[in-house]
Amino acid sequence: MSVEKITRRSFLKRAGAVAAAAAAPVSLVEIAWGRSDARNFTFAYISDSHLTQIKGTKFVSNFDRGLKRAIAEVNFMSPKPDFVVFGGDLAQLGKRAEIDHGLELMSALRAPVKWVVGEHDFYLDMGEYWAEKVAPLHYSFDHKGVHFVVLNSILTYEDWIRKWSTPEERMLAMARLDNPQGSPFMVGDAQIRWLRKDLAGVSSDTPVVVLSHSPLYKVFKPWNFWTDDAEKVQAELKRFRKVTVIHGHVHQVLYNQIGNISFYAMMSTAWPWPYPVSYVQVPNAVPKLTVFMNRADPHSERDGTGWGWLDLDSGRAAMHYELWENRPRTVRFDPKTGRPVDTVYQDPDKRIPPQMHY
Amino acid sequence: MRYHDTLKHFMAAGAAALALGAASAGADEFTRADLEKWRKEFMAVVQEGERLFHSGKLGGNTVSCDMCHPNASNTHPETYPKFQKQLGEVATLRQMINWCIENPLEGKPLPLDDPRMVALEAYITYERRGVKLDPGKH
Ligand SMILES: [Fe+2]
Ligand SMILES: [Fe+2]
Repeated sequence: MSVEKITRRSFLKRAGAVAAAAAAPVSLVEIAWGRSDARNFTFAYISDSHLTQIKGTKFVSNFDRGLKRAIAEVNFMSPKPDFVVFGGDLAQLGKRAEIDHGLELMSALRAPVKWVVGEHDFYLDMGEYWAEKVAPLHYSFDHKGVHFVVLNSILTYEDWIRKWSTPEERMLAMARLDNPQGSPFMVGDAQIRWLRKDLAGVSSDTPVVVLSHSPLYKVFKPWNFWTDDAEKVQAELKRFRKVTVIHGHVHQVLYNQIGNISFYAMMSTAWPWPYPVSYVQVPNAVPKLTVFMNRADPHSERDGTGWGWLDLDSGRAAMHYELWENRPRTVRFDPKTGRPVDTVYQDPDKRIPPQMHY
Repeated sequence: MRYHDTLKHFMAAGAAALALGAASAGADEFTRADLEKWRKEFMAVVQEGERLFHSGKLGGNTVSCDMCHPNASNTHPETYPKFQKQLGEVATLRQMINWCIENPLEGKPLPLDDPRMVALEAYITYERRGVKLDPGKH
């Protein structure tokens, strides 16, 4: 109840800016969208809730609040999204209690969910409970002329998987982002073969959207903002004219263009990760294209977190970041420059001081 | 015995400083072995800081510092003391460490001179080595 109230109020606050202060729920989607092509559709994206069991039925309430708020706001979307993608890291340490808790909260969503698995959901039992209770680890589906592929991009080398004495130890090792004993993510040859087969029947004119947890390119290895065999996956996508990869894991606004592929990252509902540029001991490959999210104010629990929704008119994505303590942002594919651009901040002269990270 | 006699003698001669120096290597004189020892002492504290920084037991809810600050990034030790608008005053890094322990970690603040606090500060600062001091920066 209180979550819904807050949500309604924040929606009204924004709606006020466009002079529509009257009835709730207010539709931001219609305002921003407005086109009437029947193939246009929107889907919402919630990611990285990291629900953390303290003990028994006690969970870290901060992270619970983040996911609950995203769910409440998605339920307010009008028109309704066709579906909701969950981008992975539902749990913190892959525990059944955490996944169950996540499923219970997510069951309040009034739209079907497409699940992507994250490393925090996976490395306790190597995805067994996820596959049994939540969703397959990789799959594909078609929706209104767009081909969607969900990949499990958080696999890693067998030697690393086998080197730990208990599943808990392995999970903890993978859960630590800055672990010098970590291991890079990968899709793996078997799944790439499956991808090739899956795409074989899809025409090059069909827009393709790939949903993964890790970025399917290389940003920063020490934090696994990285997929080791990303180039192999990119090669499979090369012949398609319109390819969009949407991923979680990095907990930040991040977008890039590599060849024919546009990449967009999702926010986390739990906490923001810093940009690798703010760790000065190791060089990074953070895309120059990205206008950073605002530096988070730690005193504001939900700052630096949020969710998003996408519209896919003309088969290219427009990513709308719903940032709870900041103005929402829209990053959309610009056909003129052939890459995603922020509709407000892309011009360096338009940027604001909190977007400077160091 | 002989040492004390000698000491007395020198003191009488008004050369106490010289004598102490000769007995235990002066404050301005140290060896490579000393440097190595001090480095080891420091790195041991950094390592303990790294352990605490990644420990779910520093606070009360299993959340750890590194969950928001991998490699202690985004902590900006070089900018303290600085005005924290949320606190309404100029604050030190240690105050902010305690703020994080009390809030996102739902734990009890550490005394400002607690060895754990020193270790956390050592780790955070070490991960930021090489960055120039810029107190007050936002
Ligand atoms: Fe995550
Ligand atoms: Fe992740």
